[in-house]
This record gives sequence, C-alpha cells and structure tokens, in this order.
Amino acid sequence: MAVTNRIRRSMIFLNTQRAALVKDAFVYHPDCVIFDLEDAVAEGEKDSARIQLYQTLKHVDYQGVERWVRVNALDSDLVNEDIRAAVAGGTEGIRLPKTETAAEVKEASAKITAAEKEFDRPVGSTMLMAALESPLGVMNAYEIATADDRMMGIALSAGDYTRTMHAKRTVAGTELFGARSQMLIAARAAGVMAFDTVYTDTDNEEGFKKELQLIKDMGFDGKSCINPKQIGITHEIFNPSAAEIKHAEHVLQAVNDSKENGVGVLTVDGKMVDVAWVEGAQRNLKLAKAAGIYKGALV
Amino acid sequence: MKVTTQAIAGTLESSDAQVMILPHSGSVKVELTSSVFDQYGDHIIALAKDTAKTLGLEDGLIKIVDKGALDCTIKARIETAFYRMTGQTADLPWEVL
Amino acid sequence: MINKIGRDIPDEYLKNGVEPFQGIYYRDGYQYKKAAPTVRAYVKPDGNKLVDSIHDAVVKSGLKDGMTISFHHHLRDGDYVVNMVMKEIHKLGIKDLTVCATSLGKAHNYLVTCIEDGTVTGISTSGIRDEIGEVVSEGKLKHPAVIRSHGGRARAIEDGTVKIDVAFIGASTSDAYGNASGKGGKSDTGVLAYADGDAKYADKVVVITDTLVDGPNFPASIEGVDVDYVVKVDSIGDPEKIATGALRLTKDTRELNMAKEVAKCIYYSGYFKDGFSFQTGAGGPSLATTTFLKQYMEKDHIKCGWAMGGVTEPIVDLFKAGYVNEILDDQSFDLAAVASAHTQNHFEISASQYANPFNKGAFVNQLSFVILGALEIDTGFNVNVVQGSNGILRGAPGGHPDTAAGASVSIIVAPLIRSRMPTVRDKVTSVTTPGESIDIVVTDYGVAVNPRRKDLLAAFKDTNIPLKTIEELRDLAYQYAGKAKASRIYRPGRCLSRIP
Repeated sequence: MAVTNRIRRSMIFLNTQRAALVKDAFVYHPDCVIFDLEDAVAEGEKDSARIQLYQTLKHVDYQGVERWVRVNALDSDLVNEDIRAAVAGGTEGIRLPKTETAAEVKEASAKITAAEKEFDRPVGSTMLMAALESPLGVMNAYEIATADDRMMGIALSAGDYTRTMHAKRTVAGTELFGARSQMLIAARAAGVMAFDTVYTDTDNEEGFKKELQLIKDMGFDGKSCINPKQIGITHEIFNPSAAEIKHAEHVLQAVNDSKENGVGVLTVDGKMVDVAWVEGAQRNLKLAKAAGIYKGALV
Repeated sequence: MKVTTQAIAGTLESSDAQVMILPHSGSVKVELTSSVFDQYGDHIIALAKDTAKTLGLEDGLIKIVDKGALDCTIKARIETAFYRMTGQTADLPWEVL
Repeated sequence: MINKIGRDIPDEYLKNGVEPFQGIYYRDGYQYKKAAPTVRAYVKPDGNKLVDSIHDAVVKSGLKDGMTISFHHHLRDGDYVVNMVMKEIHKLGIKDLTVCATSLGKAHNYLVTCIEDGTVTGISTSGIRDEIGEVVSEGKLKHPAVIRSHGGRARAIEDGTVKIDVAFIGASTSDAYGNASGKGGKSDTGVLAYADGDAKYADKVVVITDTLVDGPNFPASIEGVDVDYVVKVDSIGDPEKIATGALRLTKDTRELNMAKEVAKCIYYSGYFKDGFSFQTGAGGPSLATTTFLKQYMEKDHIKCGWAMGGVTEPIVDLFKAGYVNEILDDQSFDLAAVASAHTQNHFEISASQYANPFNKGAFVNQLSFVILGALEIDTGFNVNVVQGSNGILRGAPGGHPDTAAGASVSIIVAPLIRSRMPTVRDKVTSVTTPGESIDIVVTDYGVAVNPRRKDLLAAFKDTNIPLKTIEELRDLAYQYAGKAKASRIYRPGRCLSRIP
C-alpha cells in the first residue's frame, strides 16, 4: 500500500534550482514540501535542479516533513530523468502536472515502477498526486483519482485552468467554484485527498485567510503554498479551533459514556447528539492530535 | 575521463557555489574560494576530489567559488558541471552520485 | 591561567589588577573608592571657555605622549569628531596615546593611520568593527585592546581602572560654558548618555559642537561645571548617517518565526506581568519581537512599565500607542527614537545608570526581559558577539553581558546556521557573555533553555515551544553544516576575560 494517511494541510513549492531554498525549508514546519523541477526552474537549469534534487533527497534530513517532487509534464523530454532522480533519491511522492486523463496517471505510474525496480526501492512505495490544470482534467477528476493504487490525492492548479476557461481570477474565487466542487466530490468519491490551488498575492494576508476559510469549509484537506509565510496561516485556519476541540471531546466522551451505561439518547452541552457529529468529532480530534494541539486519549 | 572543454554550473547566491571545470593535464586540481575557507576549506577540497573520483575524472581543474553552500549543493554543482561538459542529459547513474 | 568558564587567559594579560573571570556575581559587595579627576579651578569670573579650533583645544588641554583620550559614539556612522580630533593630534606629533571609546566603526577610520604609525598604541572600547577591527585583529596595535561592555566601561572609569586625561565630547548643542546636550542643532543625537562619566571623571573636558546656543542650555547632559573648553566647528557629523532613517522591521519569515517564539517564551515565562520591563537589541529577530509582544499585551491587558536601551522605532511605536509607560534611553538608534527623546516620559539615562554593576542601582538589574543576538553560542550557553568565527573583531558587546546578567530572563535569538557557520557549537571563538547569565536560546531549529533555569523549563512544559537541549541544537547545526574547524588566526586571550 503506497498511500500513507497523514495530515497534509500545507504543501510548499520550493524552486529546486535555488540552494538557499532547499537546504532547510523544514524549519518553516510545513506538512509537505514540493521540490519543483517544472515551472519555477529556468529552461537552462533543469539539469542542475534535478541533480540538486537528488543530492537534497539523499543527504538532507527533512525532519519528518513529507517530500514531494513536481516533475516536468509527461509529454516533455525531461520527465523520465526527473522521475528516475526523484525515485533514486527516495522521494515520498511525485506530483504530476497538467493531468487530463487516467491513462496519463497509469503511464506515470509505470515509469515510477520502472525506476523503483532500477534503484532497488519497494515497488509501489512512491505515491502519486495529480494536478488538474484544465477543464478536461477537472471533468476526468474521478477517473484520474481512481486510476492507480499510488494515488494519494488530486490538486487544483488554477492558473492554466482559469485561462482555458476564459474566466477572470476574482478575489471571491467565483471562477473556481465549479472546479473546486467537482474535484472535491471526485476526491471524496475516490477516497483520495483534495488540495487547493496556490494563492499568489502573498502580501494579502486577509485575502489569503478568507480563501483558506472557504476551502476548509468546502472540505479540502490542504493548500499548496508558494511562500513560507503562508504556512503558519494555513495551519492556523485548518487546525480545529479550541471550541471545536472542546465540542468534539464532549461528543466522543458522551458516546463512550453511553456505551458503558447503555443510555440510548445522547446529549452534549444540552443538545441531542446527531450521529453525523461523531464522525466529524473524530476527524477534528485526529487533525488536532496530528497538529500537536490535542494531547488527549479520545482518538 | 579527461576534461576537454570547459563547463560551468551554480550561482554566486548565498548558500550556493559556482563550479567551473576546465582542462588541466596530469591530475585533478581543485581551486577554492570560499566565504568559510578557514573552517571548511580542507573539507570542501576533499569533497570535490572525492566527487571527481566518483565521476571518473582523471584530470581537470575544478574551480569553486563557494558562498557557504552545504555539501549536497557543492557536490550537485560539480556533477552538473561535469555532465554539462560531457553532454550527457539522460540515464545518469543516480545510484552512484 | 584557566578561568571559571574554562578559557585559558595568558598570564601576560593578567597584570595591573586584571583578574580572570570568576563568576558573574564575584564582585558583589565589593567596596572601592571612586576615582576623582584633577580639576583646574575657574575662580575669576572672566573665564572664556571658547577656543578657536580643535588644534587650540588640544594644545590647551596639555595633551602629551602616553596619555588617554576619550570619545563617545552617539554620532554613530556619521561621526566627524573622532577623525577631526585625531588629525590635529597627528599633526602635533603626539604619540603613544590610548583611545578610550564607547564604540569604534567605519566613521573612525583615521584611527587606522594613527595605529599604524604609533600615534595610538592602546584602545579600550565597547565595540570594534570594520577596518579598525581588522587592523587590531591583525595585531598592529602595540598593546592589547581591551573590550568592555557599556556598563564595564562606566565602571572602569568610576573605579579608576581607566584614567581619562582628556575627554573630547561631540555635542549637538552647547552654550559657551559647556552645558551640552544631544538635543537640537544640526546633528540631533537625542541623548549623550555614554559621555556622562567621561565629563565627570576626565581631568580635562573639551566639548565640540556645531551649534552654539544661548545659556543655559538646559536640560544639559554634560554640565558646564565639568567642562574646560568649548570648540565650535562647522559640523560634528553627517545627520544622514547619525540616525538610520528607519530600522525597518524584518519581513523574513524565518526571522519572524524566531521572533514569535521569543515572544511566546516571554509570555509563558512567569515574568510577563503588568509593569514588566524589557530591552531588545536592534537585530532583525530581536526587534521583530515587539510586534508579537504587543499581541500578548493586548490579549492579557498588560502594559510594559518601561523599555530600555538602544531605542528604536518599534519601541517608540509601542510607547506612543500606550503599551509602554516610560522609555529609558542610553542611545537613540533611529530618527523616530531621536524625535521621541524630546517628548515626555522618554528619559535619558547615563551609561552608569544603565549598566554599571558597581553603582547602587543600575537599571539592567531591574530588567524583566532582555532579548539579544549572538554570533556564536556554545553548549555552556557562553555567547560571543565580538569576534567573527574567522577571528576578526567585528562586533560590540554593548550592554550584552550587563543586561544578560541583570535581567530576570535573558533570551538569545539567532539562526542556528549562518552561511554554513554553526551558531551553536562546542566552543565559541571567544566569550563575550558567560553562559551562567543566559537563560534561553531561540533558533530557527528549536529553543534551548539553560538547565539552571528549572523554573522556565517547568513553565514551558505544556506549551508548544519547540524545546530542545543545547546539545541537540549543536548536533543539528553540525548535522546540516558539518563541524567547523577552529579558525587559524584565532588567538586566545583576545576575549573578554573579566566581567565586569
């Protein structure tokens, strides 16, 4: 089983070409880093970034932060070597850009399998994440998400999507509602995680917070970040609040008590417990525990 | 392998190193300028020679201008310069790099 | 001789009463007689202190070979006074002088010439940077340079360890009798705190100003009763370089994250109570702490009683917004601080009031918190802020050892690795501030608490402060950067060996 279950609130893109960025980005405590070999890297420096990637994966202890690699597009002449370097270095996962079909996922997976065999890594140990960057990709979200056992999640990439949709980027994110909803439904149906696109206006903290609140309420698992300062804010919004944690504790405590006492009707804080609350309460406490803000024993 | 043409990799940004490989007959020579020369000079020179050996370099001049890069970056820049010199872009022997 | 923190201090330095370091409170209760200047009485009411030029003032002061002269650094990088005076002295051919300065940097580079030709053969200072630092590090100064903290310098002057023959005091304004101040004029420095002891303890005192005002020039930092001569020059400094326009708060996420942890440490320390006092250095993460401190003050409805130190805009902003009741100013770092020095409840204090542990109530001993930087920290929590890892003198202890020893909680904030150089390491190049006075070390890789502070360790136990041991921090630094080799030009003994 390739896909590991863990908290992935933030995934920060790092331009692998830049030594200063990749040497110790774990100090910002993101849940995941994405070493970028694609858009951030200048054409003439693809080789240099790839070798830096390999040496970083191999020699820099990322202190438990999950390491992903965004490879170049499947139709480029760079992707094979990108995957070989990433797998040889021992990356936890590969993010495939511009994914439009399930066949592409299968093709990437086959390349990863070949690399795993070549470099003596357990076959199937490298996860995959697909970035949906076009209307076709969004339409095929469910097929993409279920195309392969390696699939950990799907991520929206709004730049190209908005362009091809003839839409305008808005502060409210009106143009992304369709894509966000569609891919989220697909991800949940497929049982994989869902990640939202980057927020490019890095100086606009208020706008960033609003967008985070929106995608959290929609049900996203996390967000792609482009600046280290976005990590703390992302965690702040994605973490359950103190009130949510307290409520979740009460719900689960009531469930436990009822099991012991055989009481049929549950009430918490004076209200009858809806069965739907229990799952949400468990999810919140698990998230809080993974985030290090809940130390209790209820989950 | 001997160095026949020159190649360059890396930058002069902080935490990076710029590496040039140039023809030089007889042996592998390392020339180092470093912001941390006193503390890491010997170590970096040994690392460069070791990397050259792994790459199968028999002679050549490796010129490094180091701006406080970590080992993995210095190694990466030397390897990049080397493969730029040889022109090899695919099927790199990652397991030995 | 091996001192209390395990540093070998060569015997050649342990003469004329210099003792090796024996613990930060070793001199507590020490009794001494204060030094006193030799004063020329001005009995006749016709005394005219105004002289035409610096040359005349030097001649009249009776400066001779082998004497000690003093300067302050309130004019910072814009200072013209040191170079103007040294050029006149150089022309007069006086040799073998000791310069007792409060800090030396690039504005004082004429001293390089003076050191090279023997005009100056001794230096004692609280900071040494740039070309002067390099020249002294190369061993070109005839006698060993003595680096004292601001409090240590004030102490040495008051107890007679240092005898100043002639003090040259640049002042923004002065009247003809030498009532001088850092306020007003063309070169406003806000305060003249560091020159206070120079004026009171030097045998001859020369005030150099570019703005003569009608007397009495009150409130006067330097009182006319202590002044022998007043010289008016065209300009004492470049106002552009005296105060930095604005020390901008850092936008670097790494530094901000460290500042956040510092504020968190303060908040949970048990000392964060209404009326608390604090001082922060001017480094990026130290200064940024003010932003996060403000959030905690708002949250708990707590106000700061007083903030002290080198004053900067972020402190002034807190003061203006009502979060800080009073400012105690020994140095105004930027234009905002200079402007604020003219306002109510912003008080000038002398170097001795600020940090001299040999007086009866230095403010450093009343500090709740001090936040300081470091070039290097060792596993004994000893801190170096003076000597680069390559051996070159490039920093200033300033009030570092004084405030660290005095404050209830002293916090060092620094990145774990700077351009590959491990900040936390087995051994610092030289010790500026002994580890027994350092309580917390905040880095981008985690926070270490001095095991002596069991109270703080207990207070932090259930917080999300990322605690590590100092050895763990060192191991991390070595893991990522590799272990550095000791510098080749490191010379033992060029370290602060005696505190104060």
